Amino acid sequence: MTVVLPQSPSRPALRHRLAERGVDRTLLLVLPGALAVIALFCYPFLYGLQLSFQPASGGVLGAYHAFFSEPFARKSIWQTFSLAIPASLINVGVSVPISYRMRRDFRGKRLLLALLVVPITLGTVLTAEGILEFYGPAGWFNHTLNLLGLASSPVQLTMNYTGVLLSLIISGFPFAYLLTHSYLSGIHPSLEKAASTLGADWWQRFRHITFPLLLPGLMTTFCLSFVMAFAVFPSAMMVGDPDGKTHVISIEAYEAALEHFDYAQGCADAMIMTVLMLVVIVAVTTLRSRLYSGSTGGKG
Amino acid sequence: MSAVLDRPATAAPGTDPDAGRRRIAIKPGAWITWGVLGFFFLNLLGVIVTVLLNSFGSSWFRSWLPGGWTGHWYSDAWSEFSLGQVLWTTVEVTFLVVLISLVLAVPASYALARRDFPGKKLVMGLFVLPILVPPIAYGIPLATVLYKFHLAGSVTGVVLANLVPSIPFVVFTMTPFIEQIDPKIEAAARMCGARTWTVLSRILAPLLLPGMLAAGILVLVRTFGMFELTFLTSGPTSQTLIVTLFSAVNSAGIRSTQSIDAMAVIYTGTMAVLLLIALRFVNPTQLVARSTD
Amino acid sequence: MSTVTPMTTAKPVPSTEPDAGAAARPASQLGALELRGISRAYGAHTALHPLDLTIRGGEFVALLGPSGCGKTTALNSLAGLLPLTAGEIVLDGRRIDTLPPEKRGFGMVFQNYALFPHLTVRANVAFGLKMRGVGKAETTRRVDAVLALVHLGEQAHKHPGQLSGGQQQRVAIARAIVMEPPLVLMDEPLSNLDAALRLEMRSEIRRIHQEFGLTTLYVTHDQEEALSLADRLVVLHEGRVSQIGTPADLYEHPANPHVAAFMGYRNLLPLTVTSADAAGAAATGRGLTVRGTAVGDGQLREGGPVTVAIRPEDLRIAGADEPALGEAVAEIVEYHGRVLHVEAVTREGDRIHLKSSGTVRPGDALSVAVDAERALFFPEPAPSTVAATEPAGEVPS
Repeated sequence: MTVVLPQSPSRPALRHRLAERGVDRTLLLVLPGALAVIALFCYPFLYGLQLSFQPASGGVLGAYHAFFSEPFARKSIWQTFSLAIPASLINVGVSVPISYRMRRDFRGKRLLLALLVVPITLGTVLTAEGILEFYGPAGWFNHTLNLLGLASSPVQLTMNYTGVLLSLIISGFPFAYLLTHSYLSGIHPSLEKAASTLGADWWQRFRHITFPLLLPGLMTTFCLSFVMAFAVFPSAMMVGDPDGKTHVISIEAYEAALEHFDYAQGCADAMIMTVLMLVVIVAVTTLRSRLYSGSTGGKG
Repeated sequence: MSAVLDRPATAAPGTDPDAGRRRIAIKPGAWITWGVLGFFFLNLLGVIVTVLLNSFGSSWFRSWLPGGWTGHWYSDAWSEFSLGQVLWTTVEVTFLVVLISLVLAVPASYALARRDFPGKKLVMGLFVLPILVPPIAYGIPLATVLYKFHLAGSVTGVVLANLVPSIPFVVFTMTPFIEQIDPKIEAAARMCGARTWTVLSRILAPLLLPGMLAAGILVLVRTFGMFELTFLTSGPTSQTLIVTLFSAVNSAGIRSTQSIDAMAVIYTGTMAVLLLIALRFVNPTQLVARSTD
Repeated sequence: MSTVTPMTTAKPVPSTEPDAGAAARPASQLGALELRGISRAYGAHTALHPLDLTIRGGEFVALLGPSGCGKTTALNSLAGLLPLTAGEIVLDGRRIDTLPPEKRGFGMVFQNYALFPHLTVRANVAFGLKMRGVGKAETTRRVDAVLALVHLGEQAHKHPGQLSGGQQQRVAIARAIVMEPPLVLMDEPLSNLDAALRLEMRSEIRRIHQEFGLTTLYVTHDQEEALSLADRLVVLHEGRVSQIGTPADLYEHPANPHVAAFMGYRNLLPLTVTSADAAGAAATGRGLTVRGTAVGDGQLREGGPVTVAIRPEDLRIAGADEPALGEAVAEIVEYHGRVLHVEAVTREGDRIHLKSSGTVRPGDALSVAVDAERALFFPEPAPSTVAATEPAGEVPS
């Protein structure tokens, strides 16, 4: 910010001074969109925030107190994280070697990328139904295991933690892979060639050149995968453990607001959820800002 | 499909014996890669095919295939869940969201792409937040507010709720698109004597159209599949297909899983058609990238 | 008569500059590198026809040709970035075409530099040493020496993004030579620089080549660059070698019209042979009559076609008593200091280029002449791409 100078007769017109900072009438174009987001996102959010401090009982912090004092609700935080973090780690972790192998063009690559979009078309319900039927005790998966002699009795893969994790991987892996793939193809191939002429074998090239350049993108991918997995809601209800082993925080919030009609509690839960998620994102972003981030092209 | 090698395969393998040796050395890695991907696709296929078979099967217990084949689950689902009306609502909601979000967000992306002004970071932050915060977290307060104004349960409420992620999505799709249009083109048009309106209609609109088309289709796909926000804000008359589907599952027991599967297949079929159209205009990565961080 | 002074030293002059840190360096790490019929095909398309070439230690060899002629293919095959489809590469008696790029130990300067954007200049240069497990003190010493050689000591802590184009270019060279490689490969290293910087870096590259005792293979499409830098040139055309020779060889005795067009023979006239014997040859056609010297592989045949190649500076306004080649009307006259570049149109509508130290005005009728030993007769037809080739008239001396 510049120091505000005392007014002088030679002071240029306000319009000119604004123009100097890039402010002109074009900026009015931002207003409709920004106002819509403020009205539909910021206002409800702040309204929800103040509502969360006005519970029916228990004083200002009653709703928050209620959440943390009830073990079932409190444990939903742990359950959310224990699903979201492994799911995002698996999705990002598996994406890296696969997209590294596939960074070059080959026949059928476009088809493969298009196939990876398929899980996005499935939607939560078909995925959940499919998981119930395919991995269920009488499903093809257990049939096959039995046939191969890998399991004598059906393995319980649905209606529990594994089921939800499976649904998070089926819907989340293509997302992570496509993002990783696009970050990786942003790294100029001549960098690896240069490293190889300098005597680096494939592991050294990956370790010293590709991976450091990919890491910021991977962290963004992790963040976005995490946000997706963190908000897991429909699949946790459909393939999750009915006894509460996969009672994630979004279910907790939903039940409070729209099943018990305790809006204050529901909003409080939503705020807790937002804060937890932002903490993870801020942590990853801080870590990321300490890394190199910039051009990944051939020219510096 | 040929195995992916660390380097392109030689055209005439016989002429260079060592290239062949190198290829064998590369193989385990390639096999693991293909194995993992193949396993993933196999499972994916299993998930889809079981649902598909179930929706056409008369009964299916502990066997590899259903006992008999029938198509009546589809007609059952159509009448039982009044899918005609649900589909109409879905179309209404998606197109309204696409239209309104384009009208609101394209001018904003233009200003953000062309101007550098104090507080730009703040405005960008404003648009990033709805993308970062999970829908269920802001959907609950939003639904509360909509109930307060008696908008929840109506198509209006559903459209308003779906605008929240759509506007930022259009902004982040369009801003880089507009940035790559050379501002000198507009300057050249002005130097040729075009007035603001002419510049907009004759120069900018045709240039922006591909970007708007891509952004519009992406919003269409996302709104069609947006479960949480619609679920939280819709009433019996304003449900979209995916919400009807979920409600049907959750109130199951009296209903057969086959007719639910039939509905899921209808949903997936529609979504697949939409995506096929979308893929003609955008690349697969754009479908998943929420923003260009 | 040649305007080129080729760098005649096959053995580089060892540096005497103390700051170069190269005084104690051996002349070259390489005895001889032999390319034996190396070739590269993509399916049915052959990008590089079998190429035979022996590069001796300390030599500066340029691969010259228009884009798509296979020169980059040849370079990448040599580096190991592209597998060969035939032939072998032998380095001092050891076959190396079976080795991956990281085991060949060549240095390479890429067209877009390919600097590692996340590493500092120092780390970029040290990368190769680190990969080979060279000790810390030794690495520091060698990196410092090389950075001093390319005048980048001050910039060592910066990232490539903070450097200018010329500085990035120097980092790329430093990174390639710090390993003291037996061979340095350069892929059009100057094509991303502006004209003034290109000239400056050209002398830099030659200086570094000599001071560091390098053996260099340099790929370029710019004949001026190739002529001024290289000890020996390899001209490629559509994946085949057109000619191999010293700059003077190529400049004075091009082997075919392609090379001639590349070397600044801007006038390529399709004529018909009228006589061909030991004394000389003559040709006529399109209203012109020329006496000249038969060159090239084929035999001239009376009544057969011939391509006559003449440099603009060899074409002159005819004296009163000498036989003229033909008549032409000056159309465009460009001022180039002491000489004028004249583009004239013959009666048949052919355009000819000449230089004149006298006054010529557009519209003047000119009678032009050429010495018989300066008009080259090629039995092959003229290349169709002459117009696309830049003249090489202004080769610096």
